[in-house]
Amino acid sequence: MEPLQPIGCGCTKPGTDQESTSSNCIPWAKIGVVGTLGLGLWFGVYTNLQSFATFLTYSLLGIARPSQLGDAVQFFVYDTPKVLLLLTLIVFVVGVIRSFFTQERTRRYLAGKRETAGNVMAALLGIVTPFCSCSAVPLFLGFVQAGVPLGVTFSFLIAAPMVNEIALILLYGLLGWKVAALYLGTGLLIAIVAGWVIGRLKLESWTEDWVQEMRAGEAIVFEQQLTWADRLEQGKEAVRDIVGKVWVYVVAGIAVGALIHGYVPEDFMAGIMGKDAWWSVPAAVAVGIPMYSNAAGIVPVVEALLGKGAALGTVLAFMMSVIALSLPEMIILRKVLKLKLIAVFILVVGSGIVGIGYLFNMII
Amino acid sequence: MLIKVCGPGCASCEKTQKIVEAAVAAKGIGAAIVKVKDFQEIAQLGVFSTPAVVINGVVKCVGRVPKQSEVEEWLD
Repeated sequence: MEPLQPIGCGCTKPGTDQESTSSNCIPWAKIGVVGTLGLGLWFGVYTNLQSFATFLTYSLLGIARPSQLGDAVQFFVYDTPKVLLLLTLIVFVVGVIRSFFTQERTRRYLAGKRETAGNVMAALLGIVTPFCSCSAVPLFLGFVQAGVPLGVTFSFLIAAPMVNEIALILLYGLLGWKVAALYLGTGLLIAIVAGWVIGRLKLESWTEDWVQEMRAGEAIVFEQQLTWADRLEQGKEAVRDIVGKVWVYVVAGIAVGALIHGYVPEDFMAGIMGKDAWWSVPAAVAVGIPMYSNAAGIVPVVEALLGKGAALGTVLAFMMSVIALSLPEMIILRKVLKLKLIAVFILVVGSGIVGIGYLFNMII
Repeated sequence: MLIKVCGPGCASCEKTQKIVEAAVAAKGIGAAIVKVKDFQEIAQLGVFSTPAVVINGVVKCVGRVPKQSEVEEWLD
């Protein structure tokens, strides 16, 4: 798999026609000034959101304090800009970081890896490698063709959708860094262990026959030589693309969260999703597996459920099963995996998530 | 000229298709643009991330949406 030299095409320099990024002199001074000003403004707004929300709700709008309406409005006015600000900054940073990790490069890293170490690396690379569910199949084929072990491939396929910057930043913004860290750690753990288990089961023959017959060593790769200006441009592109797509979910999710926050009585969820309802973890996972939503839509709901007495383990298990496993992805994967392998995949990952759910409900 | 646009039909693949069509129209040349959606066929072309553009059997770009100006250069 020698990378081909691009044949005089524009692949080496994306974006050359719109911006003057083709020159090698990067406008560091301009980037520095704009960056510093932008960051300063960002922090200024971010640190004053709480007082602004209180002022707007109780002084400007004149809502009685304390009241259910006031609770709901303040929640919405505070959380929406906060999450959107966090999202914009992080998506930009991650967009720039991602420009270093292409799928081709990840594939090459993993090709020579053994299981176990490979599982760990695949899960970690799953966080930073650009991935969308519609590219799952080509990616899978590329991994198989490059000789990446099946279990290692699965570790990547589990971690990539489940542990991502949008989920983490929303959890951080709405529930604090501890929950975000827990989610990161356990998400990686599930991806590593589930991939390792699938690898141990030696199910290579449960991929479709034509996949097994694929010849090795013919992937066509274009190496892109990116300048820093290109990478910053990719960060901006990511913000336009991702924030432009998910802001609606964020606003809608927080609006629902705000209503629940203000009007649903405390401990409403305790009976159904509380610690004492032992069946709630598997039930939440069973409901969550076929569901498909991105993290932006699910986290505000998670926060609202938690606030009303649902147990953390149950709610995290629900969230993981919604994001990590979904019906549309299974239908796509069916093109390369036999049905029994998909069943094993769902079973192994689902059990892992249930286990994590119980663990948290026990500890916390 | 035979142009293949590879991709299962997600948003980026549709965008690529449109860009290729626009480039062909801008150049005013006759070219058959074919959508390749079957993963097996895509893999046989040596392509493992989509969208990808293949012109007369030569893979021109893989795993990203090309710009129209690039596509026009490839058509020369």
